[in-house]
Amino acid sequence: MKKMDNTTRYERLRERYQNGDLDRRSFLGLIGAAGLAYGVQTPFAKYANAQSVSQVRFDGWGGVVSEAFREHAFDPYTAETGIEVVDGTFSGGDEYLAQVRASQPGEYNIAHLSGVFDYARYHNFELTTALNLDNIPNMELVMTRLIEPYRAVTPDALSAVPYDYGTTGLAYNRKYISDEEMREKGASILIDEAYKGKIGGWSDWRTRVWYGALQTGQDPNNIEDMDAVWDAIRQHRDLALKYWGSGAELMSLLAEEEIYVTEGWSGRIAALQEQGHDIGYYDPPNGFGWQECLFVIKGSPVEACEELLNFMLAPETSIAVAEGQNYPPALDGTKVDLGDKIPTLPAYDPTGTLSGLTFADPQYWNGNEAEWSKTFGRVQKGY
Amino acid sequence: MTVEAREARQPWILLSPALSAVALLLFVPLIFIVVYSFWLRSAAGADQVGFYLDNWQEALSDPFYRDILLNTLKIAAITTLVCALMGYPAAYFIARSSGNKAVLLLLLMLPFWISYIIRTMSWINILGVSGAFNSALMAVGILDEPVQMLYNETTVILGLVHFLLPFMVLNVFVSLDGIDRNLEDAANSLGATKWQAFTQVTLPLSLPGLAAGGLLCFVLGAGTYITPLVLGGPTDAMFANLVYEAIITQLNWPLGSALSLMLLAVLGALVLIYNRYLGMAQLMKGLG
Repeated sequence: MKKMDNTTRYERLRERYQNGDLDRRSFLGLIGAAGLAYGVQTPFAKYANAQSVSQVRFDGWGGVVSEAFREHAFDPYTAETGIEVVDGTFSGGDEYLAQVRASQPGEYNIAHLSGVFDYARYHNFELTTALNLDNIPNMELVMTRLIEPYRAVTPDALSAVPYDYGTTGLAYNRKYISDEEMREKGASILIDEAYKGKIGGWSDWRTRVWYGALQTGQDPNNIEDMDAVWDAIRQHRDLALKYWGSGAELMSLLAEEEIYVTEGWSGRIAALQEQGHDIGYYDPPNGFGWQECLFVIKGSPVEACEELLNFMLAPETSIAVAEGQNYPPALDGTKVDLGDKIPTLPAYDPTGTLSGLTFADPQYWNGNEAEWSKTFGRVQKGY
Repeated sequence: MTVEAREARQPWILLSPALSAVALLLFVPLIFIVVYSFWLRSAAGADQVGFYLDNWQEALSDPFYRDILLNTLKIAAITTLVCALMGYPAAYFIARSSGNKAVLLLLLMLPFWISYIIRTMSWINILGVSGAFNSALMAVGILDEPVQMLYNETTVILGLVHFLLPFMVLNVFVSLDGIDRNLEDAANSLGATKWQAFTQVTLPLSLPGLAAGGLLCFVLGAGTYITPLVLGGPTDAMFANLVYEAIITQLNWPLGSALSLMLLAVLGALVLIYNRYLGMAQLMKGLG
């Protein structure tokens, strides 16, 4: 017996029409209705499929990172489990959170998120889930220091696994600024009148406030004189040529010599150095350290996600991704041989303790987010 | 049912798919935005459902929003003026050219084949420190070292003119193309010079097209946020950037909703004024 699929249904309908059993109007009406039903149902069906665990959606930063994930994690995972990985990209964490908030549960599954404060924000929006770490044996290889901050937010269960880390330090063009001058001036070089019009900065309020704290000699995790910080941010704004909004823009501004100095992401600066640009990188005392994680969003098929996370944490995947994006992996260098390139990356910590980096205290920063992000929006525009 | 009643219903039946689409894709989301604007963002970040006037009070009374709105309207007005001054001669040339109108119109539409963001970013390669303009001036010895031309209000207006000029040219062209050439000949035969025929016959008759192009340029220019983001300096923000920041960066959807409705109200009022004095028919002609 012939299988009754949509093609068979269409063939029978056409046969009836050609035999004269069906008038033209009814035939066209039925074809139109079938088309409408397909059109209305199909765009949403893929989301339903994600729930039936025939596929898992992963969202990340794109580029070489996505390629490394595809080759070393997604394809082997699909071969072993039969579950397809659909990978999407985003250009910023804030924009992605806005999309997730506007979505249905299960539409988005795993995200490559920045910072512990993002983890806490997702928790505040009740988007966390509970991972069973027994299903992620590669978690044993991850630095404990990177797991602790997440446990502080969700003590009962983790909703993410740490994946990599880096710093937002000072990037400078060595043709115009020497290593000695940079070490001498530190974060204050971003408010040095001598470089007016040649200074850049990230348009991210956290980074601006963090560097404002450093420029006024304060602890970024315990700022006492906020007015002084806003004044430093205003001073930087008036000297800056441009606030950059993406890694690509940061690299372009430095490479084209539009700016000589800015804060920059360690991995992006390493990429510029690899391309042959004479750009220096310096983490000032209390420089901005951060970590990224693979976060499982509430409503996702947890077991399938756990299995995928285990593939992604496997040393061969983690190392390939790390080498591609120039950020050290979350794997403990004392437990795993990380190869030749990773120990040379900026921010790499061979001890596995990360004692040399300062991370943002998520409770402190998220507690001030509403007020500081709004105030920065005004200061940025000349107020 | 009478023939008259059936005939009266037919347009509505034919229009119903389009009206349903407009209702579902425009009015329903708009109602959501209106409802959102009365909610509040809690300290933890989640939205607080209820009926609060705080967002509206802030949006309407805070001078920060008023100043950025006025600056946005100023930038949109300058952009529209520049588009009119540059677009009218171009449209006149196309309308009066014989034989190659289609080619000229195709050339006018060519930029639309490239992404708006790419077109905007192309100015970085033209006006940047190591861009084409600086390099050319240095090569011919006019400059000793590159001049900083980017990331200010002028480059924002330049980017907007680049984006909006075709809209102005098309609207003016449609208007000019519809003018009977015999009217100019008649003016000339009655003793008017070519300039007088233009200023007293052609220009007044083409004003509806100019106004339609102006309205489109103004509304699209005032609602943009990409151009100031790419070509503006730290302080060159427009009102749509405030909406973007409230919704995306601060995750304050209720305030972002109130701000977007405020911009919509201002631009909607302009469209109503235009409709009151010139009618929407000319705008539809230009868009068609």
